[in-house]
Amino acid sequence: MSGAVVSSAGAPGGLGGHLDGFVRAVREAGIPVGISQAVDAAEILTVVDLLDREQLRHGLAAVLLQRGNQRAIYDTLFDLWWPLGDRPVAVADDGEPDGDGEAVTLDAPDAGGELDPSARLREELARLLAEGDEAELARFARRAVALLGQTSPSPSGQSWFSYRVMRALSPDSLVTQLLEGLLGGGGRGGMAEQVARGEIRERLATFKAAVDTEVRRRQAEERGRDRIAKSAVKPLADQIDFLRAQQGDLAELRRMVAPLARRLAVRLSARRRMGRQGRLDFRKTVRASLGTGGVPVVTHHRPRKIHKPELVVLCDISGSVAGFSHFTLMLTQALREHFSGVRAFAFVDSTDEVTRFFTPGADVADAIRRIGREADVVAFEGHSDYGNALEVFADRWPTVVGPKSSLLVLGDGRTNYRPPGLPVLADLVNRSRSAHWLNPEPRRLWGSGDSAALKYAEVVDMVECRNAAQLADFVTTL
Amino acid sequence: MPRPPTQLPQFSSVSDVAKRLSAAGYLTDKQIATTVFLADRLGKPLLVEGPAGTGKTELAKALAAATDAELIRLQCYEGLDEARALYEWNYKKQLLRIQASQAEGGANWDSVHDDIFGEEFLLSRPLLTAIRRTEPTVLLIDETDKADVEVEGLLLEVLSDFQVTIPELGTVVATRRPTVVLTSNATRELSEALKRRCLYLALDYPSAEREREIVLSRVPDLAPGLADQLVRTIRALRALELKKSPSISETLDWAQTLLELGLDTLDEGAIGDTLGVVLKHASDQERAAAELRLN
Repeated sequence: MSGAVVSSAGAPGGLGGHLDGFVRAVREAGIPVGISQAVDAAEILTVVDLLDREQLRHGLAAVLLQRGNQRAIYDTLFDLWWPLGDRPVAVADDGEPDGDGEAVTLDAPDAGGELDPSARLREELARLLAEGDEAELARFARRAVALLGQTSPSPSGQSWFSYRVMRALSPDSLVTQLLEGLLGGGGRGGMAEQVARGEIRERLATFKAAVDTEVRRRQAEERGRDRIAKSAVKPLADQIDFLRAQQGDLAELRRMVAPLARRLAVRLSARRRMGRQGRLDFRKTVRASLGTGGVPVVTHHRPRKIHKPELVVLCDISGSVAGFSHFTLMLTQALREHFSGVRAFAFVDSTDEVTRFFTPGADVADAIRRIGREADVVAFEGHSDYGNALEVFADRWPTVVGPKSSLLVLGDGRTNYRPPGLPVLADLVNRSRSAHWLNPEPRRLWGSGDSAALKYAEVVDMVECRNAAQLADFVTTL
Repeated sequence: MPRPPTQLPQFSSVSDVAKRLSAAGYLTDKQIATTVFLADRLGKPLLVEGPAGTGKTELAKALAAATDAELIRLQCYEGLDEARALYEWNYKKQLLRIQASQAEGGANWDSVHDDIFGEEFLLSRPLLTAIRRTEPTVLLIDETDKADVEVEGLLLEVLSDFQVTIPELGTVVATRRPTVVLTSNATRELSEALKRRCLYLALDYPSAEREREIVLSRVPDLAPGLADQLVRTIRALRALELKKSPSISETLDWAQTLLELGLDTLDEGAIGDTLGVVLKHASDQERAAAELRLN
């Protein structure tokens, strides 16, 4: 039976070639797909029911993907390569003959007055959002794009836009009405409202995503799939540049920090190779030997004392590295939850200890706000001054960095042409057990302009750390 | 090279998977059913990755129940080695055997040697047990990410050929290939080589509809209206940035708790009293109380 599917589906349009193009697009989006996986993908086509699009989607995902966070990109590409219904009847073929009929009747007044269809669509949207049926919502999104999404082509030849749909329907303004419906009149202001709000947010996001998908499909028909695929795919979360991180990316980054911090904590505490054992436990060995007739076949050892490192984090929180420092403070917070020997210091042109803001369980965003308000990190005008900051640090906390502590400096090393304070840093590095500097700037910019990164790199091990992937690399090689 | 034994597929279609798993008490969605079906058809191990408490281990158990197979479980932990995963010689018994033969007076070395490396002295661990079984088997390798990297190398060998070479005994080849399910909490990246050999299934928290069905099938006495409220609240909690988001198993615990307490509606008071069932960090509880306006 599976053979029949292949031969019938393989003939028109070269299914194999199509799959090949899809695999290549997935690869170009930054998801590593090996040859054996591509072969497996071809095998998937022979096993799944090709008429069932969702089966194909999940089937190919099972062989092509290797991590959970690749799924969003994959889905975007899948929708482009295996679009829902290229045929014009597709809207109706979802099993709703009257849906098709409605679309036709809506088309007619569209020619006359613009206002009428969008008002009716808006009503329908409100109803669908209140019901919350995702499949219905997606179907509606397709229809809404068909009716409202097109405009005269822009210079780049693009004529489908999701903003037109969103503006015509303005779903955000439906929130109050929906809230009313979900709460059924009672219980405003309490928990029920918060839950309902969350639900509405989720449904609106679903609708928006469905509109985007449909618009991309239309654009792809117009301007070619490959071009759309390139612009539609966002970088994976661990490739996002710290210095350019958007508000929305930060939540994603925060999710990635926790496991990284755990790994870093393990790396720093388990210095010796696993499996090496401590002193002989004589008593236990003798006792165990009784089972083997008094021959001590297996020796038992006392566990080694766990090494408790002290980590000193020195973090630049000036405006130029805002995205990065946000991230590193999140890392500091996560580290604090894993081991107690972390002391955190922040500086702009002066230094202050900020450990107290990172009690386990504290909210990172809140801690960052409090640092900005309460910590004494600005002495003069609020531009970074590494020389002064380092001096203040060495001066006020002379004993913090010692032979048991690891020093982690986080910053771009841009001194605003002020003295970099190299000797102070060199002294700190000498006193510490190990010292590393994570720099969020690309290596080629080090030493350009007011950057003293190259000078610092001579006295301390400086690592380029522009995104979470690079941080993960650093943690593994530590 | 001996090909790994081929197996007749155990499921006829994706909907068959869904039907039989749900008969075994596990409600699937399209993604789970499709991936399980493919793993069965292609004879590949299934790697299930996702946060704790999303039903990864449960899936393996249901799979065993649905295919009338026995579940053999290898729980991974830091320091797991060959002796615990594959096989080990029972050296204590071997020593006794040698001493006994000495007591009998000058036994022939060859016979002793043949004797002590026999079946009798072999301690079979989960991997070897699964390979040697002739009845249907589901091999669950749980929390693979907890094991050391070396164990992955061992798994690669076993999972690609389904054979184990014991120097003294020879090569043991599986007569019947076990269905293999690996689970991982993604606390560390598994090696590319291992992932490539598996079908990948990312399990996340279920959709509202599916979770409602799960709650109602596991806690059938719960009123549907309350189940609905419960699931919506759980989803609101998951949308917050918590240290530990409530898992499916905690949803079920919560449902059970509400049932035991005889609560018939989930209002602020009821949640405040029972929040400890789903949120187990003090900071998470405070946060939820603030964001959901519980007080």
